[in-house]
Amino acid sequence: MTRITSIGVAVAFSLLTPVVSFPQQDHTTSLTNSVDVELANAPKKAAGRHNPLETDREAPAAGAKLFAQHCAECHGATAGGGKKGPSLRASEVQQAPPGAIFWLLTNGVVRRGMPVWSKLPDAQRWQLVTYIKSLGTRS
Amino acid sequence: MNRTHRHLIHLCLLSLAPILLAPLALAQESPYFVTYDHYLEEPGNLEVEYFSTFGTQRGAGNFIADWTELEYGATAWWTTEFYLDGQSTFNDSTIFTGFRWENRVRLLKAEHLINPVLYLEYEQISEADKIMKEVEGHDVASDHAVSNAFTRQGLNHELEFKLLLSSTHNGWNFAVNPLAVKNLTGGDPWEFGYAIGASRPLALKASTQRCNLCRENFIAGVEMYGGLGDRYSFGLPDTSHYVAPVIAWNLPSDWTLRLSPGFGLNDNSHGFLLRWGLSREFSGFGERMVRLLGGH
Repeated sequence: MTRITSIGVAVAFSLLTPVVSFPQQDHTTSLTNSVDVELANAPKKAAGRHNPLETDREAPAAGAKLFAQHCAECHGATAGGGKKGPSLRASEVQQAPPGAIFWLLTNGVVRRGMPVWSKLPDAQRWQLVTYIKSLGTRS
Repeated sequence: MNRTHRHLIHLCLLSLAPILLAPLALAQESPYFVTYDHYLEEPGNLEVEYFSTFGTQRGAGNFIADWTELEYGATAWWTTEFYLDGQSTFNDSTIFTGFRWENRVRLLKAEHLINPVLYLEYEQISEADKIMKEVEGHDVASDHAVSNAFTRQGLNHELEFKLLLSSTHNGWNFAVNPLAVKNLTGGDPWEFGYAIGASRPLALKASTQRCNLCRENFIAGVEMYGGLGDRYSFGLPDTSHYVAPVIAWNLPSDWTLRLSPGFGLNDNSHGFLLRWGLSREFSGFGERMVRLLGGH
């Protein structure tokens, strides 16, 4: 096998195998059904944390910007749900304590495809929580 | 053009189609060049990256070593990457030096004080490779003073293992990466090395407006890396070490620019390394690939 062929095989193997083996499935239904379960998994102490940016006037707008940049791909541009992520306007999310949403953002739901978002600083995650809570359940 | 080359071109075009069709996603990339934190590529996203290292060389021509990365988030706990390496040595030649296939697997599903990620890499690179993506064993600057015509003849098959330990607190990321490398080609012993890094965004709160020069778009830090000898002579003697400030600029236009001047810490090290890199992230690559291949 020539070297260029072996490189081609390696490229195909490294990029195509995970795509084929782990197709991006439609998790919307199962995630919607389980989002309250995931939020309920938040430890009591974490769920009880106060949102320090709850009354920050700029937080919803900054959170909206962050949402468009990092979350809209899975949860939809209006947070109404997408192919990979549940609606964040669902009552389970809107009625959840801010601390539980913050905890879920921090830890992700890795086994279901949601990455951890602790790489966003705490303040930005709270801005996201403020934005999500500002959405209400309107469609 | 023979049939194999035609198939390879078709494969490349097939791979590029989803990239061209994919929406862009803002990356929040770490500024490190050598150190890894515990954050993986988002599932289904593809990041295309180009990096370059200029290095000063005693006793031979300075060099520019380049590498290209294709980084794909297979799942939220597994990222796979493919590298192509090359280098140009002044007053010598420009050559392709090999490829690498890297995998990072997150070991714990949730965030902890310290987050471990297992790193496994297979490399097929020549001894002329100078990208210094890691420094291991008794790697020293004088290894790179040998002419390309000679070093390119030595082809190594290596397995590299790293344990990526990383923690993020109050906006700061701290990462420690011990590594072990085994050359499968010869009878070389296991070689060891390390990389450590710390970084923080220049602002922790996001601004309300989409902007290029907002402080939150910049992440700055420092990394240090070097060799730790091998199985028979573990330790610092005859090893090289570097320290390098690093900065990343995550642009809203979906590009990330990284820059890092690095400095050798002893006589075994290159005096100066200037690294820079450019990357772009494409979301939904996996879904488009599956559709292209006839999946659902």
